[in-house]
Amino acid sequence: MKLVVAIVRPEKLNDVLEALYRAEVRGLTISRVRGHGGETEQVETYRGTTVKVELHDKVRLEIGVSDNFVKPTVDAILSGGRTGEVGDGKIFVVPVEKVYRIRTGEEDRAAVTPIDAETVG
Amino acid sequence: MPTTVSSSDTAWMLIATALVLVMTPALGFFYGGMVRAKNALNTMMMSYVALGFVGIAWALLGYSLAFADGSGFLGDLRFAFLRNVGVDAKGTIPHILFASYQGTFAVITAALISGAIVERMRFGPYLTFITLWCLGVYAPIAHWVWGGGWLGKLGALDFAGGTVVHINAAAAALVGAIVLGRRKDYMRQAIIPQNVPFTLLGTGVLWLGWFGFNAGSALASNSIAALAFGNTMFAPMATLVVWSLLDLTRTGKTTAIGAATAIVVGLVAITPAAGFISPLSAIVLGAIAAPASYFAILYRSTTRLDDSLDVLAAHGVGGTVGALLTGILAQKSWNGVADGALFGNPRQLLIQLAAVLATIVYSTVATYVIIKAIGFGFSLRASAKEEGIGLDVTQHGEEAYSRGEGAILVPADGGGAQI
Repeated sequence: MKLVVAIVRPEKLNDVLEALYRAEVRGLTISRVRGHGGETEQVETYRGTTVKVELHDKVRLEIGVSDNFVKPTVDAILSGGRTGEVGDGKIFVVPVEKVYRIRTGEEDRAAVTPIDAETVG
Repeated sequence: MPTTVSSSDTAWMLIATALVLVMTPALGFFYGGMVRAKNALNTMMMSYVALGFVGIAWALLGYSLAFADGSGFLGDLRFAFLRNVGVDAKGTIPHILFASYQGTFAVITAALISGAIVERMRFGPYLTFITLWCLGVYAPIAHWVWGGGWLGKLGALDFAGGTVVHINAAAAALVGAIVLGRRKDYMRQAIIPQNVPFTLLGTGVLWLGWFGFNAGSALASNSIAALAFGNTMFAPMATLVVWSLLDLTRTGKTTAIGAATAIVVGLVAITPAAGFISPLSAIVLGAIAAPASYFAILYRSTTRLDDSLDVLAAHGVGGTVGALLTGILAQKSWNGVADGALFGNPRQLLIQLAAVLATIVYSTVATYVIIKAIGFGFSLRASAKEEGIGLDVTQHGEEAYSRGEGAILVPADGGGAQI
């Protein structure tokens, strides 16, 4: 099992979610974060005070997947999140020691397999 | 025509003018709550800047085109730059007060259009558009109906602006939405309101201002003003009740955005009728306006027309329902001017229909010419990338909800770079 952690542009989130949906990746967590990845700073002015905003709004996705789902997940994020300009974000694939599903106590692969996928087979 | 200034009329109209002026910022809140957070300031600014650009265009030229004598189609330049507009009586109030009062109408009418083109129009072309629109579309139609022009002479009844303000703005909004095109996310992802309380707040202040809009349109502190005031209160109440029941029957829930929309639709619908119909008729009118706009909004959202904040369904449909019902429900025993079809004067309905159609045709054509002409010189639309980032940052260099994290101060002498 792996935990796929991706930082993407908020305005590309919907494209990423669509791509993940098409890749049949279900079950994820997102959070709004701020970060800096080398892109040009955005300049804002408030009553004559000019500021450079170094930290940009980003969205972090966390997706626990079984090994054979790692590639489809990463591919979906790459295709959905890319604009080609600096600031598109990063994907980290992190090894996972154990996964539990709280509702049933299932472990590992069973815990990261969505129930609708189970019923389909 | 009395030629002396009445102090009681002047006192009411001073207040009414201030009330109508505040409707434009209120519209900013009404619209601003319904867009996404990244476009909140841009949307609100579209209303706020009309106060400046349209207001000054009105003072320099628009007022004269609308209210100087001229021909049946357009006023002459007698009042250009507010020349010959003094403290002498116009009706029973000082002329400058009349010109100011009418200016507040020009401002909000232009701002209304913005609801159809939010979240995608570049700001420079927008400023150019509303300024030219005030002079090229609003002023002529105001002249036709209120400035001694042909529709007024024909006997068209428009108490406070069903045709001049609402149908006019809605026709322009439709043209704007079509010429600008859909937002890139329209029908691709859920676009939901960023701040519903803002929309409710804006609605409340709009209703307050609308008393100045409608009761002020009597241009006097008299019984017609009182009739318009009562109708402006009861009609939206009826719309709200019917709309809420529609919501409740259809979805099992009464929505807040629905309530806000209902109140505005009721206010729009009573606008042309306010001083012409009985209070009971106003309740009927408000009730009828609800299903018309309710189903128009439901239908519109299934189409590819991105009239983003439903200017057409709220102001176009509501204004048309109000203007036509004025031709049916008007009662000479209340207004002292004319009866409607229900009270033995079916011709009034035809006149109302003519006024509605003339407004739609002229506004559609003239708006199209103006917006296309601007589009010739400038790109009207923000780029897809700017639309993605949001128009607050890309058009204004500000954010509505900035937390200031990671913002570093640029020294004042450091070039002052600004987007």
